[in-house]
Amino acid sequence: MSYNVKLEVFEGPFDLLFHLIEKSKVDIYNIPIKDIAEQYVQYIEDMKKFDLEITSEFLVMAATLIEIKSKMLLPKKQEKQIEMELDQEDPRQDLVKRLIAYKKYKNIASKLKDREEVYTKIFYKQPEQFDEFLKSNEKEVEDLEIKDLVKAFNRLISRRKKVSESNVIDIRKIKREEITIEDKIEQIKKFFKEHVALAFEELFANPFDRNEIVVTFLALLELIKLKFIVVQQNKIFGDIVVKRNIISNEVQ
Amino acid sequence: MEEKEVKSIIEAMLFVWGDPLNIKLVADTLDLPPEFIRKCLIDLKKEYEINDRGIQIIEVNNHFQLCTNNKYFDYIQKLCAPAQNKGLTQAALEVLAIVAYNQPITRPEIEAIRGVKSDKAINTLIEKELIAETGRLEKTGRPILYGTTDTFLKSFGLNSLKELPSLEEFENLDVTDK
Repeated sequence: MSYNVKLEVFEGPFDLLFHLIEKSKVDIYNIPIKDIAEQYVQYIEDMKKFDLEITSEFLVMAATLIEIKSKMLLPKKQEKQIEMELDQEDPRQDLVKRLIAYKKYKNIASKLKDREEVYTKIFYKQPEQFDEFLKSNEKEVEDLEIKDLVKAFNRLISRRKKVSESNVIDIRKIKREEITIEDKIEQIKKFFKEHVALAFEELFANPFDRNEIVVTFLALLELIKLKFIVVQQNKIFGDIVVKRNIISNEVQ
Repeated sequence: MEEKEVKSIIEAMLFVWGDPLNIKLVADTLDLPPEFIRKCLIDLKKEYEINDRGIQIIEVNNHFQLCTNNKYFDYIQKLCAPAQNKGLTQAALEVLAIVAYNQPITRPEIEAIRGVKSDKAINTLIEKELIAETGRLEKTGRPILYGTTDTFLKSFGLNSLKELPSLEEFENLDVTDK
């Protein structure tokens, strides 16, 4: 004769403890630690039986429960001493606090779940491809060659030199952190969620920082490669405009 | 320009744009004050709602976006049979709840509340763009701080974080688990 035992899965030791407390219908502020600790350890035993991986958190909690249990068993201090240490803490106090905090968020999570069920039933439309709006006299990225970009880039660098030569202040800066290409890519992407286009030069927010200029330029090349943006020049020697590429722009 | 016309223009813009559209961007394009644009958008939104149209307008954080009315989801599903978007796991929902009310928050702080490792859930939420890195804490190791995103607001039908129910509402412990 065989029978199936279903072992509930819990999100962690707090989740399990809560389950035990609710099942035993005991007051959370007055947990019978001995019973609860026994049930808790029993559950861990069951987990072993089912070959479930017992994570260290479950074991730490078991140890905590046993520690609390032993503290509760210690004889209460003498009256005299109570006067010395007025408020002798209940060893369960800390655990209860954490349990209640956890439960609060568990309740919120279930509320979020209800909302999620409603809002996953809503669909959005992809942005249109704006290519038809682009006039044909505009140079597309295909024929705007890398050397055009490099020229624009060099102009930036030389402008930076001029600026820095004109304010010659010799301060040695210690830079805490330099922006990475990944960060810059994210920044640019974020910008284009709100805007359609911007002038190439405007991308380089801080013309004094050589590192940032280089990083921005590399991020730009990467985004062109990913077809996230297109680069256009309306006339020869005109300003280069960076635009969001609508075609590949799925809602991120 | 008549208000009616402005509304129609905005409607066309929303349709074309697809993504959440910034009020300011509309205002700049039409060269009209943002307050007026907001009023038109709210009116338009109401018109859709009153008539229970299949398309609705939602507002998220000063952006407006067209979307389908969830009332008619069953028919959309029948038509397209889209892959059912599987909901978030219990773990991910718990982390999301903690981040929503305590942002910015570090991973160890999240884990302290849940009593378990949460990196998997955190990564899932980052992948789905429901939470994002908002900065770093200026102390040893400079741990990453997490906060919720506009995508989070949108996915849970919230206009802003202010619309989240107050924490006190959840203080009672008799909420029965499903």
